[in-house]
Amino acid sequence: MQFLSYLVRGISLGSVYALIALGYTMVYGIAKMLNFAHGDIIMVGGYVVFFAFCQGGMNPWLAVILAVVACTLLGITIEKVAYKPLRGAPSLAVLITAIGVSYFLQNGAMLLWSSEPKSFTSVVSLPALNLFGGSLQISAETLVTIAVSVVIMVVLIWFVNKTRPGHAMQAVSEDRGAAQLMGINVNGIISLTFAIGSGLAAIAGALLLSSYPTLVPTTGAMPGIKAFVAAVFGGIGSIPGAFLGGILLGIIENLSKAYISTQLSDAIVFIVLIVVLLVKPSGLLGKKQTVKV
Amino acid sequence: MAKKKKMSKSARTYLTSFLLVAIFYGAVEAIRLSGNLSSKAAGLLIPVCAYIMMAISLNLVVGFLGELSLGHAAFMSAGAFVGVFFYNTAGASLPRWLAVVLAFLIGGLAAGIFGMIVGVPVLRLSGDYLAIVTLAFGEILKNVLNSLYIGVDSAGVHFSLKDQFSLNMEPTGKVLMKGAMGITGIKKFSYFSVGILLIVLTLLFVLNLMNSRAGRAITAIRDDDIAAKSVGINLTRYKLMAFVSSAVIAGFAGVLYALNFASLVAKKFDYNLSINILVMVVLGGMGSIPGAIVAAIVLTVLPELLRGFSQYRMFIYSIVLIVMMLFNRAPAFVAWRQRLGLKIRNKKDGSGVSSGNAKKEG
Repeated sequence: MQFLSYLVRGISLGSVYALIALGYTMVYGIAKMLNFAHGDIIMVGGYVVFFAFCQGGMNPWLAVILAVVACTLLGITIEKVAYKPLRGAPSLAVLITAIGVSYFLQNGAMLLWSSEPKSFTSVVSLPALNLFGGSLQISAETLVTIAVSVVIMVVLIWFVNKTRPGHAMQAVSEDRGAAQLMGINVNGIISLTFAIGSGLAAIAGALLLSSYPTLVPTTGAMPGIKAFVAAVFGGIGSIPGAFLGGILLGIIENLSKAYISTQLSDAIVFIVLIVVLLVKPSGLLGKKQTVKV
Repeated sequence: MAKKKKMSKSARTYLTSFLLVAIFYGAVEAIRLSGNLSSKAAGLLIPVCAYIMMAISLNLVVGFLGELSLGHAAFMSAGAFVGVFFYNTAGASLPRWLAVVLAFLIGGLAAGIFGMIVGVPVLRLSGDYLAIVTLAFGEILKNVLNSLYIGVDSAGVHFSLKDQFSLNMEPTGKVLMKGAMGITGIKKFSYFSVGILLIVLTLLFVLNLMNSRAGRAITAIRDDDIAAKSVGINLTRYKLMAFVSSAVIAGFAGVLYALNFASLVAKKFDYNLSINILVMVVLGGMGSIPGAIVAAIVLTVLPELLRGFSQYRMFIYSIVLIVMMLFNRAPAFVAWRQRLGLKIRNKKDGSGVSSGNAKKEG
């Protein structure tokens, strides 16, 4: 029973990784860059929800929507200011800039809101679910997190495969030059991708902090890097891959925390990354080019 | 002017690098002799030397090999821990000078081996993947060192990754490494001149490497790996050479740094340190050794001099990173700078000196 409880919590944590990884994987697929600052957008989303809901007493739904809007705008701004001028520059330059943006967000948050930890109140106010006569208790946050990420993944797959902007995304990801020649507004599509990814990061932030309620300026850094690991694990560029990678990573992390060592759980996650990259660099679902974004 | 032009670029790099180190050494000794060196500033001297070495070492990978290492602090950490562990155990019964020399050699060797372990798989990747895997290795090493306990008693050496009690030691046993507490009771060995000596050795090694056949092969790989391969350059070999050399230097820097303090913890060598060193390399100009030296000195000394600045330090670093990258690498900016340079040169009637692409900007 205890194993089941660890497993469910692992899936829940994994769902958050999956949401973040979706943003990573889409940006990587389309802009061909590793957006290191993606994790820190989670943190910004977290602070927006914190000030609107936990302190301002706003309706939790409205607070999350506000965070999504704020992060979407932030994502587009970052792309326009820091990444767009570097299009065509060596990837090393783009990566260093992305690290700079990540540091900018973290330290900006530290100056604005101080490094003092803020304690987050859960945006979910439902009772926990009791199974097997109370021997297995699953918190509402866990269930909501899993449900939300499944819904988002389904909507995203539909969006990418069935709508015009989605098709344009696939085209840009496959061949940017050819897509431009076919009349696709490449810059617009890249902005759209950053917008979607950042919006998802805001939702991920609210859900992550509902389960792990300590909010500091570096809250987003580790989940961000782990979500990247998840995206690589599942096959970067693939939406179901990011989802699967996220869930598996969450399970691996939670089980190793429970059964091996709390301190070494991060190390185990990174060993997974290294093994995946060496054995199957394209990831678990990387070959499935059809849903490549 | 005419004389300077005749001097080759490499000779100029040698001259400026050693001149900078000499000025740094001279200035510090002059301040010390005049009695104005505060104890706080004196405590900074060895870390500055270690950071200079780290910046030169990372420059080898980022500037000359053209790959990004986000876990460079890990090599420093590997060197520091192994070197100091030796110094504190086997070295205790040796003459002090011999213990120190051996600690450096063993630390450097350990970092080199770690660099090899990391490098062989990592260098098969490139770009973003390589960067993230170096970060992963750095985090793994930090986590393992943070939870590693080593003790020794009459039954032999005990290891544990859990806590001190799981070492199962006899009560008379001695705990050598205490997880997150690290190694304590280090007999300090901190001489500024030793730091300078190590910098000079590092410079001799790196500058000679870059002017050798191997160095040219490494820069050829950075500029175009396919072209380099097609003229018969063994990519893996030269990439590994740059990577491992860089790791060894970082290991020396780690031992130098660690011997300056009474205790050593793994947390010091985290991701932030790797980024700090990256900022030094980027600010100094990727591929420029004198630039790395100046940036390392300025970025270590400046925050300590300006009180209240430390709060803004990382914030300013982040802006520096973004602005430098946009200014140096954004295609639009590069074109604009070239146009500007052309204009100035035309005005000067063709007496322009060099195009100076990676070295410095306005």
